[in-house]
Amino acid sequence: MSTIQDFQTERATWCPGCGDFGVLNAMQKAAVNLGLEPEQVVIVSGIGCSGKMSQHFGGYGLHSLHGRSLPTAQAVKLANRSLTVLAAGGDGDGYGIGMGHFIHAIRRNVDITYVVMDNHIYGLTTGQASPTSDVGSRTKTSPHGSVEEPIVPLQLALAQNCGFVAQGFSGNIKQLTSLIERAILHRGFSLVNVFSPCVTFNKVQTYEFYKRHLVNLDDDPDYNPNDRITALHRVAKAQNIVTGLIYEDPERASFDQTVYGYPDTPIAANNWVLSREDTAEILATFR
Amino acid sequence: MQEIGWKVGGKQGEGIDSTGDIFAIALHRMGYYTFTYRHFMSLIKGGHTNYKIRAANQVLRHHGDFVSVLIAFDQTTIDVNWPEMVDGGVVLYDQSSFQAAAPSDRGVHLFGIPLTELAKGAGGAIMKNMVAIGATAAILQLQPDAFLPVVQDKFAKKGQDVVDSNMRALRAGYAYYAQHYDVSLPAPDLPKKTADHLYISGNQATGFGALAGGCRLLAAYPITPATEIMYWVIEHFPKHGGLVLQAEDEIAAINMAIGANFAGVRAMTSTSGPGFSLMMEALGLAGMSETPVVIVDVQRSGPSTGLPTKTEQSDLQEAVYGTHGEIERIVLTPRTVEECFYYTAEAFNLAERYQCPVIVLTDLYLGMSAQSVDGLPTERVTIERGKLISDDALAQMGRFAYQRYDASLADGVSPRALPGQKNARYVALGNEHNGVGLEVEDQQTRVDQVAKRARKLANFTHESGVSVDGRADAEFALVGFGSTWGVLEEARASLEVHGLIVKHIHFSRVAPFPASALEAALRGVQRALVVELNSTGQLAQLMQQHVNCHGVLANCLKYNGDPMSLKEILTRAHEVFPAGVLN
Repeated sequence: MSTIQDFQTERATWCPGCGDFGVLNAMQKAAVNLGLEPEQVVIVSGIGCSGKMSQHFGGYGLHSLHGRSLPTAQAVKLANRSLTVLAAGGDGDGYGIGMGHFIHAIRRNVDITYVVMDNHIYGLTTGQASPTSDVGSRTKTSPHGSVEEPIVPLQLALAQNCGFVAQGFSGNIKQLTSLIERAILHRGFSLVNVFSPCVTFNKVQTYEFYKRHLVNLDDDPDYNPNDRITALHRVAKAQNIVTGLIYEDPERASFDQTVYGYPDTPIAANNWVLSREDTAEILATFR
Repeated sequence: MQEIGWKVGGKQGEGIDSTGDIFAIALHRMGYYTFTYRHFMSLIKGGHTNYKIRAANQVLRHHGDFVSVLIAFDQTTIDVNWPEMVDGGVVLYDQSSFQAAAPSDRGVHLFGIPLTELAKGAGGAIMKNMVAIGATAAILQLQPDAFLPVVQDKFAKKGQDVVDSNMRALRAGYAYYAQHYDVSLPAPDLPKKTADHLYISGNQATGFGALAGGCRLLAAYPITPATEIMYWVIEHFPKHGGLVLQAEDEIAAINMAIGANFAGVRAMTSTSGPGFSLMMEALGLAGMSETPVVIVDVQRSGPSTGLPTKTEQSDLQEAVYGTHGEIERIVLTPRTVEECFYYTAEAFNLAERYQCPVIVLTDLYLGMSAQSVDGLPTERVTIERGKLISDDALAQMGRFAYQRYDASLADGVSPRALPGQKNARYVALGNEHNGVGLEVEDQQTRVDQVAKRARKLANFTHESGVSVDGRADAEFALVGFGSTWGVLEEARASLEVHGLIVKHIHFSRVAPFPASALEAALRGVQRALVVELNSTGQLAQLMQQHVNCHGVLANCLKYNGDPMSLKEILTRAHEVFPAGVLN
């Protein structure tokens, strides 16, 4: 049985108080709770503060390019279905440069979990407006206030019929751990958007702000997370300031369950040598 | 060599390709060696398109400069292709739809045949192409029955009726020509048919090579002229435990290929120029993280979206230098269909042996031209996975002891672990890193890791990368890379017939650049004509960079979208090589 220590590496380089510590913590706890071993887990990250996740989490890691964690992570999973694969991104990484891949990952529905550390700012590049920055946000690149409408990841994911949509908060590690566990267990693409405050560059969306405003749908016995249209309404009504399991379609088949000819054994473990008969059969098609 | 040049032309959407396909496969099945070339445009219907078949009694590596029989579905076909007609050749035109005009000074026969009417008589106007094939058979004195197996293969699934009516149309064309005209241009004598006589394009061979080489994941975005690789692979990978992903774009495609390789599967992406450009950033990731990956770039005319349906060799320097920063990469430039197969298979061995990207650079001409060859070198293919660390070795190490990027190794190649292996947790990353794979910005580590990566290819061993055909002591040389090998061989033979002794130096690899092999090949050469399909002489520049040959080189460049012709090389050779030698 693995322990939290098995998923720990060197000291993380995030700013003291960074929300990403909470996300790391929750990911490690989720892995332990699910009985995973470090060598079975792969974290694929992009660039930015969120990109450090692949190094700080004690599984295998692939620290890829800005915005490109999703295509990379999907292929890792499809290459070896016995691995547990998580992609880690940020709002800049995932919803800016990587937005196209996000929508297509939902379409493709490969069985990976996407954890996005959403702090409404570009942190590592020292505080520019991000795709989730509110209208009016004053940053280094929007000194007069951002005028662009922010992306609402939950609504986008729901509109595209994502099979699993959740939102967590770095200040509530217990709930976040449970959401990540459920996301990993969901067979198909799962999104966990996490409000992960940037204590250095974002003075608006702080821990205190979220503690004051967040509505926890997991605490609402009347909320039905299997109804997509209700979920859309609820997210809109709460202006996205909600946490919990927003939506899950347990029936939606994942890519590996539906794509033609996908092998039962991990492709990485397959025999790759063409037999003499196979070769002869193919050559015959060219005669 | 006995040969025949045949071409059919018309508007795109008129069935030109299927006419060419049927005729080419029929000739191939009879035992001829064929080489086809498709001239087409980036539109679905309209415009001018043509399909050229050269057939002979020996292996062909070039579509040839001349046409002896031209089937014209419209006047444009005659106008556009007239310069290629040989004296005494035959133009067959569809007299049910237009009255053809052509100059009368060349002795070319202009024969009308009511293609559409005869087709209607056989069951439908759509079969005018079969009538044309039948008429051609009469000119070439080929028996209509020889076409039956191909027609059956092509139409059997639509029912026996369709097979019968197509054969009827073919016979009607045959009979009409035989009745009305008496010019014949007999087909070459049949060669002795080899057991492994294959009809295959470079793109198909590339796909097959990938499969044979152990590749089990292709991630790609459709783009002319590379998409055929995806078509072939999607038909075959699932049968052999593999997967094809149609990525949302080329950026996703290469990152998928990198992810799959990281996870231990041989994976590749196939693309053409614009898509290759989009992959540049990820190419650097593969280099920096030392993750094997194979990229096939089937070049087309650039820049930008350029001439998407035309051939060129202008991505050479992008393949050699592309991406920011400096990475090790291997660039293979197959010369033939057989090499498309073998080098693609071998690319996976090289990618794993040196843990770096391998680019297979072909082009539209090689990729899309189907041709007859005497088999593929399937017996040469092996799967060698390079340095992978074993579970046993890892079991003896403590946690965090495994150094994925150990910079102390003399050959620079540090053993790879695959996710799932205990005790070997590491991070493959695009940031500079230390031996265990942690991101660092320390100067000495940076210098050590750059040196480590550079040592990998400093120790590169593989085939020489340069072939030399012809007499070793020749004072004149023709030089090229990739797909121009065939036409350059014909040029060499032709110059020799005219008394000029030349050698033909040809690159099948440009990175690592085979400098010493080139130096040896150029020894004693007074003048070298570098033939390439681009406007700046990219290969000549590379040669000058690596070997002191400035005073020797001359360029033969072409960039109008058409493949190099024999005539153009010979004309330029006359200018460049001392005229007195030629007679």
